[in-house]
Amino acid sequence: MQSFEPLIIAFVCNWCTYTAADLAGTSRLTYPSNVRLIRVMCTGMVDPQYIIKAFLEGADAVLVSGCHPGDCHYINGNFKARRRIRLLKEILPQFGFEADRLQLTWIGASDGIQFTQTMRELTERTRELGPVASRSQMVF
Amino acid sequence: MQTVTMEVKNEDVADAIRTLLGRILALDEIDAVMVPGRLPGSRSVMPLLIHDPDQLDNSDPLSPAFALNAAKQVCRLTRTATPKRVAAVLRPCEIRAFIELVKLKQGLREQVIIIGSDCPGAYPNKIFDALTREGDDSGADHGYVKRPSVDESSLSKACRACEHPMPTGADLAVCLWGVDTGREVMVDAQTDSGREILDRLGLKATPLPDQRAAAVETVVAERTRFRDSMFAETAAATDSLEKLDHYFAHCVNCYNCRTACPVCYCRQCVFETNLFDHDPLQYLSWTRRKGMIKMPTDTIFYHLTRLAHMSTACVGCGQCSNACPNDIDVMSLFRTVAHRTQAAFDYQAGRDVAERPPLSEFREHEFADTAGLHWRKEA
Repeated sequence: MQSFEPLIIAFVCNWCTYTAADLAGTSRLTYPSNVRLIRVMCTGMVDPQYIIKAFLEGADAVLVSGCHPGDCHYINGNFKARRRIRLLKEILPQFGFEADRLQLTWIGASDGIQFTQTMRELTERTRELGPVASRSQMVF
Repeated sequence: MQTVTMEVKNEDVADAIRTLLGRILALDEIDAVMVPGRLPGSRSVMPLLIHDPDQLDNSDPLSPAFALNAAKQVCRLTRTATPKRVAAVLRPCEIRAFIELVKLKQGLREQVIIIGSDCPGAYPNKIFDALTREGDDSGADHGYVKRPSVDESSLSKACRACEHPMPTGADLAVCLWGVDTGREVMVDAQTDSGREILDRLGLKATPLPDQRAAAVETVVAERTRFRDSMFAETAAATDSLEKLDHYFAHCVNCYNCRTACPVCYCRQCVFETNLFDHDPLQYLSWTRRKGMIKMPTDTIFYHLTRLAHMSTACVGCGQCSNACPNDIDVMSLFRTVAHRTQAAFDYQAGRDVAERPPLSEFREHEFADTAGLHWRKEA
């Protein structure tokens, strides 16, 4: 298990967290390559099924990250996302997914440093958790 | 008027309810009554929309059959306003499902007078079919009403685990428990519309008997015990992905559970779109990665997504299990998860038409520990 490298899927909103990732890049900051970003227009459009799909297809952790409360470009998409994450944190752990594998963060457009720190911390924690138990035995 | 009594003749409780329905149908403002009944020449019991009072003889308001959750049928009758209203005899879980659908703008609550009764439970389709095939044609009355000690094990598992057997949310509640049903049944008005109707029926007012509360409590306590052991068993049977895979091993992706579900209201389910007509190379890529995959694919994905999409609205009617061609205990899993998801939002599906579905609203300050990196350091 020493060579376990987690795969992390991050759904990031176009206006805040994706922009923070862009800022991190232009500032020549680095973060673990375990994280694969999927840019969405708003965290409010992340249907729970996207997250479930990511987990079933091999993600060891999923991050949804958008604007701070009050900063959503669509006024309240991030609040809707928070309820959906709350919902999934109730459902997924019942089937053996540790609650820590699903995270929601608010990272603003100017938070390039915070973006890289978050990605590092999430990667470390997922590495500790190891691969999702018994997923490899699933045949769907 | 708050509560009235209806005389029961020859121990035929169903007939007393038929008399009540006849009186309601005679009211000017009521166009028709929807009530379960026997299809002429058949053993099948289905919701019947009755306009002609003579046809009430076909109705079977306490039938132990439960072919479908009629909430969606009530929506068909109340989708838009009509000059007159309809009355509908519904099980408590059908009332709850209809209330959820009203919240989702699928029907108009004020267009229907809901008549519910204490629900002794129902048989799964297969058992009802077998019973009537054996010639037990007495189905007009529910055995459980006459014989409170009836062996419950043949009842649907959803009914045995149902801790809400009271017709909460009905305009008129037909009370069977704690009432001497050999002699009378009582009809309690639970809303203003219900009281208005009772005022015009010219029936004898009466108070509810004192022993009713205790009788109800006994039923609820027994079912809650059954429910809690079902929750524990189901959680243990599905606590890993591998076990979940086994739980749904017989699933053929027919989506009958979705069709039968009263609160799955989407016109087109995402799982029935071309999104799941994967490119052939996709299947090959999956099997290359895993060594072997089950066809059809996306079974667990489907059930988990349905849990995410509708578990907060699950009313526990058990029609998903009833509809499964391969006898998968879908209901137990959905209720187990729904119990937790509804508790997370302090919500109870079908409790109150004024409550909004948890995923259709939000507050600025809530679930503070859901956002931001929070680690649960397990041992």
